[in-house]
Amino acid sequence: MSVLVYIESEEGKFKKASYEVASYAKEVAGMMGTSVTAITINAGDTGELGTYGVDKVLKVNNDKLSNFNAEAYADAIAQAAKKEDTSLVVLSQSANSKYLAPLLAVQLEAGYASNVVALPESTDPFTVKRNAFTNKAFSFTKITTDVKIVGLAKNAFGLKEAQGEAAAEDFSPNLSDEDFTVNVESVDKATNKVTIADAEIVVSGGRGLKGPENWGMIEEMADILGAATACSKPVSDMGWRPHSEHVGQTGKPVASNLYIAVGISGAIQHLAGINAAKTKVVINNDPEAPFFKAADYGVVGDAFEVVPKLNEKLKEFKEKNA
Amino acid sequence: MKILVCISHVPDTTSKINFTEGDTKFDTSGVQFVINPNDEFGLTRAMWFKEKQGASVDVVNVGGAETEPTLRKALAIGADSAIRVNVQPTDGFQVAKQLAQIVKDGGYDLVIAGRESIDYNGGMVPGMLAGLIDANFVNNCIGLEVEGDKATATREIDGGKETLTASLPLVIGGQKGLVEESDLKIPNMRGIMQARKKPLNVVEPSETSVQTEVVKFEKPAPKGEVKLVDPENLDELIDLLHNEAKAI
Ligand SMILES: Cc1cc2nc3c(=O)[nH]c(=O)nc-3n(C[C@H](O)[C@H](O)[C@H](O)COP(=O)(O)OP(=O)(O)OC[C@H]3O[C@@H](n4cnc5c(N)ncnc54)[C@H](O)[C@@H]3O)c2cc1C
Ligand SMILES: Nc1ncnc2c1ncn2[C@@H]1O[C@H](COP(=O)(O)O)[C@@H](O)[C@H]1O
Repeated sequence: MSVLVYIESEEGKFKKASYEVASYAKEVAGMMGTSVTAITINAGDTGELGTYGVDKVLKVNNDKLSNFNAEAYADAIAQAAKKEDTSLVVLSQSANSKYLAPLLAVQLEAGYASNVVALPESTDPFTVKRNAFTNKAFSFTKITTDVKIVGLAKNAFGLKEAQGEAAAEDFSPNLSDEDFTVNVESVDKATNKVTIADAEIVVSGGRGLKGPENWGMIEEMADILGAATACSKPVSDMGWRPHSEHVGQTGKPVASNLYIAVGISGAIQHLAGINAAKTKVVINNDPEAPFFKAADYGVVGDAFEVVPKLNEKLKEFKEKNA
Repeated sequence: MKILVCISHVPDTTSKINFTEGDTKFDTSGVQFVINPNDEFGLTRAMWFKEKQGASVDVVNVGGAETEPTLRKALAIGADSAIRVNVQPTDGFQVAKQLAQIVKDGGYDLVIAGRESIDYNGGMVPGMLAGLIDANFVNNCIGLEVEGDKATATREIDGGKETLTASLPLVIGGQKGLVEESDLKIPNMRGIMQARKKPLNVVEPSETSVQTEVVKFEKPAPKGEVKLVDPENLDELIDLLHNEAKAI
């Protein structure tokens, strides 16, 4: 009966988004009068999960699962859901969770609501609020199946601590060769860099920065704030920055706590991808730039003057508040 | 190789989003519809397989007659034939079920869909379809090669990419990167003329059920005015970000 939450880890460690889905699961379990069971795959110490409301952890440890594999992971989660007689599975909207969720939905014959941004309006009928139309609207979706899957959008709920202890239990799903028909041959990943998906703060530059040689001050700001760097589409198209930094409707989505846009006009396709960021700051020398309509805070000024000054002040602030 | 490209018919990105009938229906008046951008990348990649490897390419949409201009556009870009499953799409599962039937009937080896559609942003259809027909599945696909019945796909991951191998039948959720944007195919006059003569088959839906229902839509609350900070007084910005927004 319990709510099952899939808790992702990377190299054995949990991320903030993992605690967020746990907090959410706890709250929904409360509405439904049940408990929270988590499933982890090759995670290390799971004690921390109790702090976010998890009552029980099913720990899967299996070398065959050391690389993410959507089919096999979905199968493991489906078996946990059946074992726990779960009526609700909660997962994050990381790229990996989005990959496995529809496979899991088919296995469990479950209705799946993606991009959920709030607690259910009601749990009977089960109705949730979701982002739609690239963040330009919300849809309220009713899931009508017995088993339900909710994909929680990043930073939509936040963290909630609870008093509790998570009892850990080993769980060995039955995996067959059929689960391993898509295989990883090689991985090409920048290490030691904050990724846009994980970052709490994203500092982004646009065509207003004139050329790749001027990105030093953007990287400096990102360094000071522990932020990821990003850019608008033309900037990556021109090869000033790598494609992996392109954000917007056709690029990576941003759902960070803070988004700082420097020299970006704020075209609708750019905003579509960053609307989910909580607080938006724009630095642009054109007071008519559309971004000012979408931002919370703005500085009208020349980036080449404003950014270096702001970096100095941010450094002072960080030193004081360290 | 037989390729099926799934085409979702979506409002152009600059469309105004409004709702009617007590916020239960998307207001299509004055809205320009286009091929979902992720599907455009997939369709152009499919054309590459057609030209270089002699693949056949069909396109499919699950939707009403109003989507036919979008399918004709895909034919003008170079698809061989189009299929329209004559039912209004209501949820990702229902669409995936219809597509599964088309794939079974047509014996397709490779199904190219998009990572997500830009209207309901479900990101559900390709994975569900793969699950229903028991095909391999690669999401966030930014590169694809096929040799015989072996596919090599590149997937975007957080902070990088990875290379995967899988045998056909395969479903991908494609996106930008599958082809260069400058290589995206647009219909030319000859293509448009030919498209008029290509088959667009309308098939009736197979039996299905839905798992989710949209109860209503809502537009976000209007945003407050931006707070402007004097470039000479950046301390104020830091103060606002720290104390008001609690963002740093
Ligand atoms: C189908 C489609 C999909 C798209 N998808 C995306 C997407 O995913 N992401 C994306 O970003 N775009 C996307 N675009 C492109 C988008 O429409 C815009 O063209 C793009 O976002 C503009 O980038 P920009 O703001 O960097 O450049 P510009 O529009 O050229 O703006 C530069 C800004 O810098 C300011 N500026 C200039 N000098 C200075 C200075 N010294 N100091 C401060 N400010 C200065 C200018 O006032 C201007 O506002 C898409 C377009 C289409 C048609
Ligand atoms: N009605 C539809 N007809 C055909 N293909 C669709 C339809 N809806 C979605 N798809 C395909 O599934 C992908 C993802 O859509 P979605 O799951 O709605 O985000 C799209 O990019 C299309 O390739």
